[in-house]
Amino acid sequence: MWTFIHRLASPKHFYHLAGRMIPWFAWGCALLMVAGLIGGLWFAPPDYQQGDGFRIIYVHVPAAWMSLFIYAVMAGASAVGIIWKIKMADIIAACSAPIGASFTFLALVTGSLWGKPMWGTYWVWDARLTSELILLFLYLGYMGLQAAIEDRQNAARASAVLALVGVINLPIIHYSVVWWNTLHQGATVSVFGKDDIATSMLIPLLLMGLAFTLFYATIVLMRARTAVLEQERRSQWVRELIKSL
Amino acid sequence: MSSWSEFIHMGGYAFYVWTSYGLAMVVLVANVIAPWRARKQVVRMLHRRVRREETK
Repeated sequence: MWTFIHRLASPKHFYHLAGRMIPWFAWGCALLMVAGLIGGLWFAPPDYQQGDGFRIIYVHVPAAWMSLFIYAVMAGASAVGIIWKIKMADIIAACSAPIGASFTFLALVTGSLWGKPMWGTYWVWDARLTSELILLFLYLGYMGLQAAIEDRQNAARASAVLALVGVINLPIIHYSVVWWNTLHQGATVSVFGKDDIATSMLIPLLLMGLAFTLFYATIVLMRARTAVLEQERRSQWVRELIKSL
Repeated sequence: MSSWSEFIHMGGYAFYVWTSYGLAMVVLVANVIAPWRARKQVVRMLHRRVRREETK
């Protein structure tokens, strides 16, 4: 196990391992997404209150899940990078940010498009929506810091601190619908306890959630591989690899 | 769903549903294209470097 982690932390091994994993993740993502879309848009019955409008759930909820999940990965990798000075962890954190930002944006916009017909407004300044918007700003701030600081180590350290401070926002987003009175409905799916949704509606949602997770895995590995090539450009193995490409 | 027209119509929510899915598609495609192009660019840059150093 430890040797595996050690090898993973080595950019060269990471580069090759990621290269082998990407096609599996990508195909898994594509298959699950097709299944999830067919199930969600065609086979799932219309909601008894929201009719077919509820089908926005199949992009909105997975996008919102990913906005939180990717932030958690980013913060975790940042912590590992700070504590153990592992370059690969810094790379994973930095490569996660733009993906997380795009999913946060998608969650906000699809939520807005869902809110209009159901609540009568595109936007309200309530706890869930506002804390999710803050999450978008955290991602953008992180990316801004990365871009603004020339020295790579300083950039990694500064943005890692920001990422870790921002972790406080994650439980706030998650529990916002419980702690505050809000227009946003409560959780549909919960790990512990009974889900608040019919099985034929739930399965496509879980498929889409898994598909989005694999999508993130695919994209973050693609980005990280390129970052490895760039950072290790002086090493012998990259030079030989480049010659063979 | 029992017919294509019902599917397109989305019970009157067509605008909201299809705009959401359209945007999701745009976000996913952009996420695929960006690292693709970045990789091409980096490989091209490194290629030039290696060649330059070898002719020296």
